[in-house]
Amino acid sequence: MLITLKLYASLADYLPPGSSNNRAEVAVGEDDSVADILEQFRLPEKWVKLVLINGVYLDPAERQTRRFVAGDHLAIWPPIAGG
Amino acid sequence: MSWNKKVLRVNLTAGTCTPEPLNMEWAMDYLGSRGLGTKYLSEEIDPKVDALSPENKLIMATGPLTGTMASTGGRYTVVTKGPLTGAIACSNSGGFFGAELKFAGWDMIIFEGKSPKPVYLYLENEKAELLDAGHLWGKSTWHTEEAIKAGHQDPQIRVSSIGQAGENAVLYAGVVNDLHRAAGRSGVGAVMGSKNLKAVAVRGTRGVANVRDMTEFLKVTAEKKKVLADNGVTGQGLPKYGTQVLMNVINESGALPTRNSRDVQFEGAGKISAEAMHEKRPTDGKPHLLTNAACFGCTIACGRISQMDQTHFSVVNKPEYWGASGGLEYEAAWSLGAANGVNDLEVLQYANILCNEYGMDPISFGATVGAVMELYEMGVLTKEQIGIEAPFGSAQALAGLVEMTAKSEGFGKEIGQGSKRLCEKFGHPELSMTVKGQEYPAYDPRGIQGMGLTYATSNRGACHVRSYTVASEILGIPIKTDPLVTDGKPGLVMAFQDATGVFDSAGICLFTSFAWGLADIQPQIAAACEGDWSMEKLNLVGERVWNIEKQFNLAAGFTKADDTLPPRLLKEAAKTGPAKGLVNGLDKMLPEYYQIRGWDTEGVPKAETLARLGL
Repeated sequence: MLITLKLYASLADYLPPGSSNNRAEVAVGEDDSVADILEQFRLPEKWVKLVLINGVYLDPAERQTRRFVAGDHLAIWPPIAGG
Repeated sequence: MSWNKKVLRVNLTAGTCTPEPLNMEWAMDYLGSRGLGTKYLSEEIDPKVDALSPENKLIMATGPLTGTMASTGGRYTVVTKGPLTGAIACSNSGGFFGAELKFAGWDMIIFEGKSPKPVYLYLENEKAELLDAGHLWGKSTWHTEEAIKAGHQDPQIRVSSIGQAGENAVLYAGVVNDLHRAAGRSGVGAVMGSKNLKAVAVRGTRGVANVRDMTEFLKVTAEKKKVLADNGVTGQGLPKYGTQVLMNVINESGALPTRNSRDVQFEGAGKISAEAMHEKRPTDGKPHLLTNAACFGCTIACGRISQMDQTHFSVVNKPEYWGASGGLEYEAAWSLGAANGVNDLEVLQYANILCNEYGMDPISFGATVGAVMELYEMGVLTKEQIGIEAPFGSAQALAGLVEMTAKSEGFGKEIGQGSKRLCEKFGHPELSMTVKGQEYPAYDPRGIQGMGLTYATSNRGACHVRSYTVASEILGIPIKTDPLVTDGKPGLVMAFQDATGVFDSAGICLFTSFAWGLADIQPQIAAACEGDWSMEKLNLVGERVWNIEKQFNLAAGFTKADDTLPPRLLKEAAKTGPAKGLVNGLDKMLPEYYQIRGWDTEGVPKAETLARLGL
């Protein structure tokens, strides 16, 4: 199935070549967890701070178990803040 | 230098400058800056005075850590009664002016009365004099700073001034220092203009003194700077991407107020984000962002310095705007962009530049334009009335309206009154996205529930930096809470409000709070300041600051009915995103908030609460 992977700020460097607008359509398997995708794209664990699926926060403890449905938007940021 | 223990009282009516000792008894209860300035104002004016009358006073106050080696210790606060809201107004700014004021030997300046003609205050250490500003009146903040430095032949003078917006009583005019930093909110610049006070220029050479235990202070400030450097947010995220990195996060979370809050997500968010500021433009091959910048003593350096595309329609014939300039920061990018449906990064920076140059708050300006655009699309306002076609998304309209408002020309005079007065005048008060008359910033309370309570209870009108629960609800700092529920939010809001009162009153930047807690600033204050500065004492200071502000507002005539939100946020559910179907649950949070504050059901502090706080 296809999901949309969105990587922001310094994590944008980990998107597949040719990606634009901080996003890429990527194929994932039915058994793939969020943690599997983080590993597949070699995202350094230290810099994966904020993970949202369809805009909803995913607790770090759920990264190993959370699976996808087609069309999901997986968005990830390093430690950031503002105001 | 801890406290200088010296206040300058400037009577603009009489033209006198009189030094007096700082009330150290009050300093022990209110610390400095926001808290101590509010104590002085509360003691000296009737909260019911007309904000733009000579009876109002305006205070510029530093904190005990302003000008010291503490990271970000460069801040000062402008405290007055606000003309936009009629409530307490205290607006905080960084840059270098606050530290210079401290170096000149002063903690605070109190302006009272009204000068018969335009003047500026010139301080050179203990020398204080009011000088004629006839040649500066009508000039922008930038030209004012340039002219003062040239006139005194001293490029190291620091200047805080108003632009034409403050002179013309734009009700959200700010006070701008060091070109790009501002005490921006609540119309403190309009108060300055009403007093015929154009600027304050300071040259201080006293350096740092009066730190209680210098050895301990240097040791602890160095330790705490390392905490900031080692933190992913303050050490890396903010310096590289600035506050603008929030644009995509808040949009993805479904909490980006869009098109006057008709929507909670903006399809153009990516084009006006921090990431977009790093991308090379197709027109000239250069990125919008040039570099980052820091205020005095800051080891974070979140500021943005950008350069516009010279071929953009807004500046193609205006080479004065082709150089490097401050911005964009997140709040301005939102208010000028998403709030109006405008996705043109260049025109947002143009509008932002004019806000800095003419001295007005981009949050209130941009949000008011959002209301104008909605009224235009409804047919309530026409092209003939506005002077320009003004649909949502129009970059041309934004550029035109910022020029009109900055110069108080045509329909710009209406926009300069803020969205509350404008929407009331044109028969649709429900379309004003304000609390207590002040426009709310870049977080939709349907998608971040705690921010609804934050806005509703903010003493200076809707504001994010009085209780930035976004840190917890979205970013997980210091702990993650669910943005879509109301449970636990009253306690969260109160904790943020009280802690923020301490950060603001100390003279340091609130952004340190992404890495520091009160336990990190307590030893810095204790090493710098005489007296007892335990954690318990600091917690009381924060609560006391919040309550004295509340007392001021109650005396000014505010009631429980003012602790509310625009009806759109309470009745119209979010259409998309995680908050789809939700309104803000203020009614579930407000009673508990009053209760844990020690206030009665009408939002009035109980006698025992006031007694406990010494109020």
